[in-house]
Amino acid sequence: MTSKTGSKKSESKKTGAERKFRVVGTRPIRHDGWDKVLGRAVFGADIKLPGLVHGAVLRSPYAHARIVKIDLSKAEAAPGVLAVMTGADMPIAASKVLDLGEEVTNAVFASDRVMARTKAVYKGHPVAAVAAVDHNVALEALRLIEVSYEVLPHVVTIEQAMAPGAPLVHDDLVGSDIGERVEHTNVADHIRYEVGDPEAAFAEAATIVELECRVSRAHQGYIEPQNATALWHQDGKLTVWTSTQGSFSQRNSLSSVLMMPASSIKVVPMEIGGGFGGKIGIYLEPLAAILSRKCGHPVKLVMERRDVFDATGPGPGGIIRVKMGVDAHGVITAATADIRYGAGAYPGASINPAAVCVFACYRVPNARIDAYDVVINLSKTAAYRAPGSPQASFATETVVDEICRRIGMDPAEFRLLNATRGGDRRTDGPTFPRIGNVETVEAIRGSAHYRAKLGRASSPTKKRGRGMASGYWQGIGNKSTVTINVNNDGVVSLIEGSADIGGTRTSIAMQAAEILGIAAEDVHPAVVDTDSIGYTDLTAGSRTTYATGAAAIQAAEQVVEEMKKRAALVWETDEANVRFADGVFTNGAAKNQHLTFKELCGKLDTTGGHVSTTGVVNIRGSGGGSFATHLVDVEVDTDTGKVEILRYTAAQDAGKAVHPAYVEGQMEGGAVQGIGWALNEEYVVGDDGVMQNATFLDYRMPTSLDVPMIDTIIVEVPNERHPFGVRGIGETCIVPPMPAISNALRDALGVRLTELPMKPGRIMAALQAQAGP
Amino acid sequence: MTQAPLPKAHVRCQLNGQPVEFLADQHMSLLEVLREVLDLTGTKEGCNDGNCGACTVSMDGRIVDSCLVLAPEVDGRTIETIEGMAPPGGLHPLQRSFLEEAALQCGICTPGFLISAKALLEREPDADEHRIRHWLAGNLCRCTGYDKIVRAVLRAETAMAPKAAAGRTRRKKSA
Repeated sequence: MTSKTGSKKSESKKTGAERKFRVVGTRPIRHDGWDKVLGRAVFGADIKLPGLVHGAVLRSPYAHARIVKIDLSKAEAAPGVLAVMTGADMPIAASKVLDLGEEVTNAVFASDRVMARTKAVYKGHPVAAVAAVDHNVALEALRLIEVSYEVLPHVVTIEQAMAPGAPLVHDDLVGSDIGERVEHTNVADHIRYEVGDPEAAFAEAATIVELECRVSRAHQGYIEPQNATALWHQDGKLTVWTSTQGSFSQRNSLSSVLMMPASSIKVVPMEIGGGFGGKIGIYLEPLAAILSRKCGHPVKLVMERRDVFDATGPGPGGIIRVKMGVDAHGVITAATADIRYGAGAYPGASINPAAVCVFACYRVPNARIDAYDVVINLSKTAAYRAPGSPQASFATETVVDEICRRIGMDPAEFRLLNATRGGDRRTDGPTFPRIGNVETVEAIRGSAHYRAKLGRASSPTKKRGRGMASGYWQGIGNKSTVTINVNNDGVVSLIEGSADIGGTRTSIAMQAAEILGIAAEDVHPAVVDTDSIGYTDLTAGSRTTYATGAAAIQAAEQVVEEMKKRAALVWETDEANVRFADGVFTNGAAKNQHLTFKELCGKLDTTGGHVSTTGVVNIRGSGGGSFATHLVDVEVDTDTGKVEILRYTAAQDAGKAVHPAYVEGQMEGGAVQGIGWALNEEYVVGDDGVMQNATFLDYRMPTSLDVPMIDTIIVEVPNERHPFGVRGIGETCIVPPMPAISNALRDALGVRLTELPMKPGRIMAALQAQAGP
Repeated sequence: MTQAPLPKAHVRCQLNGQPVEFLADQHMSLLEVLREVLDLTGTKEGCNDGNCGACTVSMDGRIVDSCLVLAPEVDGRTIETIEGMAPPGGLHPLQRSFLEEAALQCGICTPGFLISAKALLEREPDADEHRIRHWLAGNLCRCTGYDKIVRAVLRAETAMAPKAAAGRTRRKKSA
């Protein structure tokens, strides 16, 4: 373990014009912090309600099975059991696209995933549920439900699913092959982007490298399991308390699956114990709702960890083939990608973002990208931090590294030569706005880490290597609402609908404080339910600090405008004479007339009453995009295949870091999640189609002992789409780690690992293959 | 298959400095009792099989995963949970340093980390980075990458040190 405890955090690389900030860029203590360190914060599973009862869910033990018969009679008769439900209690959802921001699905699939009706299509697929006086009575009742299954042949790999004559996950799935309708298939979608003439360019290329990479399905690994508590009111309305990344998208999904108006549903977002994309869709909420309707009590459901692995959506595994050609100077002339992701039991494996991101770091004049969305008999995948980008970028970034080795070019120089810049077109069409791709590479090249020697391995059987990789995530904007209520004492309350997973109450409050010229502590943020604030899209797509922050700025600017009118009344002057800067209103028409924001708040009651404003934004297109470049040093034990991360530096463009500590936190956390995916994490699925490592013991996420300190370099290239230049930064940071580590292992061992995770067995096999028979 | 249920266990223990008495089903875990019977929901459930550390509490001065302790085993023991960590109206130095170092993102693992770290600093007030990482390896955090958690523990060591340093100075003077 390297110890760089004393090292200074966050070398900051500033670029472009500087706006002077008073609050943005500082590190106040987060508003919800006290409750969270005292154990007082109320997460989803913590809720208590009068008359609350508890539920449990019976799940299919098979990956693929027809449900022949379900006998509920014994469970229904058991003492303490209040309600039992099956798929027959679920409304038939109408076909409708549910665009949940980072996840797109059809309401029919969303409904079927929640509870099987005629057949189970993944292990862990719910088939029945019980509500009872306590959780243990509910669990006992599950044992009394008799289900007869007809087990069907399953497909759990992309090869199995795409083989001729493969068993069909859905008999009636209609696929699309570049727009052509296809029946009787497991390939739900095949999309293609094409620019220029890649074949002709390859024919002229000086050097061509092609690799086929395999990436394991990996779980977000949030520590808090899914949970839902629902009360079906006697007047037909529904209240749901849940840990969700998006209360409004949750409401939309529930509306489509329960076939009731969205306005009849109130979703109350509880504190959420991690999401990373995995808490966008609905799982337990409709079941809790139907059980509540049947028994008349509020019903709480909490998922067990085994079921979280089996039955919620991890990120998809995939097979990705990338081919890239360069001219004699190392300039990229052509590239192609074939991207195949295993979506799980329903379509929607983020293949489009994969195509968007796969070549986004490089200028590629001639390109073709094919991407396939393949259904298999595992739980449907979900968004997982930059959904689709890490898997595809793993292939691109390892190919780039091989090209650099082949032509003898430094990987930073190669990136600077080929990096996309503002005004370039992304392979899928759109033109980049101002971006910080070049700047993150330059930041790494200028870092102490890059200049430091790798050092000698700690023993003769160990080898060291260094690797670099880059990554991109476009981010989204979309809809947000923020209301600001001004109190007479100069403190404002800020009401928002964005779930706070990692400190966004504070990063949003700070943006309002910046406009109002007050301290971050004098803005009191509150995340409220769907009846209490205007529509707000989910916390995902790196959008919250960016888009809800923009809504907060808008609301705060409205406050300033209204307060100027009040100052004009106080001073009996024209409103145009009132100026506002640094939290102080001044009368431009008179000397020595000024009021601080707080002083003027004390005069609101006598100048027309309270001030309350609402900012509403709907930002179309990408969120401006954030690029990252990471550098890693590894030491490999050639006797065991164990990899130690010696040193890690992450550089990322934050546009403008609102709260730098939480920007670093995202970069550090994303890097470590990526280290886990690189070295350990995978779904081990048996021949029976069942995951064999569905515990935190066997699904091996990094512990504190597995990683060093993560050095961060915050690059600030202002985002021209945000008033303060802010970019969303939560996702890009998981893209570079896997290829950076593969590149470091190549450097250390002279072998290329193309399959994730790069676990000891794979490393030993690669070393043995290198040694020859 | 219906059996007469076992009688509930009558358990007495010290909890966060106060005597507590409760009835629990024989199969209930300490975690279930804390959360469902005693309404102390600061202790979290992440896996219910002893692998994540979110339910860490102190039992007779040792840290345990409360999901792996049966409620009847608690009889006569001394239990400390996150709810008993701060002095009234204040914060424990670790709680303060976690806030100052931004050592939490979602916060679900935070109570478990704080209880574990407190136990470490009571034994080894000057544990180094490697020792802290080793000690905390039983607590999973998926958000932070551990960097800021380790820094927060180091910062708390410094915050808690002046008394000892002052003590040493006084001893020097008297000698």
